[in-house]
Amino acid sequence: MSEPLVFHFEVDVSDFTSAGTASVTVKKNLRQLGLPSDVIRKLSIAMYEGEINMVIHAEGGTADVIVTEEYIDIILKDHGPGIPDVDLAMQEGYSTATAQIHSLGFGAGMGLPNMKRYSDEMKIDTELGVGTTVTMRIWIR
Amino acid sequence: MIVSELLEHGFTEVALPDPEREIHGVYIGDLLSWVMGRAQADNAWITIMSNINVIAVATLADTAVVILSEDVELPEEIVRQAEMKDVNVLRSPKPSYETAVLLYELLK
Ligand SMILES: Nc1ncnc2c1ncn2[C@@H]1O[C@H](COP(=O)(O)OP(=O)(O)OP(=O)(O)O)[C@@H](O)[C@H]1O
Ligand SMILES: [Mg+2]
Repeated sequence: MSEPLVFHFEVDVSDFTSAGTASVTVKKNLRQLGLPSDVIRKLSIAMYEGEINMVIHAEGGTADVIVTEEYIDIILKDHGPGIPDVDLAMQEGYSTATAQIHSLGFGAGMGLPNMKRYSDEMKIDTELGVGTTVTMRIWIR
Repeated sequence: MIVSELLEHGFTEVALPDPEREIHGVYIGDLLSWVMGRAQADNAWITIMSNINVIAVATLADTAVVILSEDVELPEEIVRQAEMKDVNVLRSPKPSYETAVLLYELLK
């Protein structure tokens, strides 16, 4: 079996207008690899939601995407405030976003539920004051 | 129906990098995570949001065209982004509901 393909991104908060660059780049690369379009769509939406969360709720972080022949893993790691109550954060409609974030179109409290729904497996490791790591897996077949 | 056909029905061009794209269905929404959760690939997406994130969401959700209702203006640099990212954007003078009703008739 061939070596997995790895993409690594630094997700920067300083430039909110370019938020989503990592996800859009991954989408483009996966298209070139010829992966099924429904897999690419699920993956890129799940990754974008996580990327935006790192920008608006943490202070940025890193995104790693590992592509194997059977599955794709996305690992989003930040050193933000952590999530006090993960079950609550996972509920549709729960959000701590500010008015400024709402004006950009975010803060509906649908991001984490979307990540759960578009990935096949999802795990959240979070510690208050230390940061959050979200790992998602999407099976190709 | 393809996106460019809408130009004959009161919609105006904002960015049209992929005019032949087929439209299947419509989704209306301004909160981006709702759109990503509920819109389907190839939908026409009606919104009043006009910031840069709309272009990223249209790319990722694979919508056929973004329709800015109420004649919402898109800043010049965002129009350029849409063109670069192959995202079709049209403008409608009508509110979202009336825009959707018109699309319903056209897509029948
Ligand atoms: N990486 C993170 N670090 C700290 N808190 C987070 C992180 N991701 C999510 N949260 C918390 O979980 C809540 C719910 O996140 P979710 O993505 O579902 O909604 P949202 O980001 O507030 O709005 P939306 O995603 O709909 O634009 C957030 O409001 C925030 O309080
Ligand atoms: Mg979110």
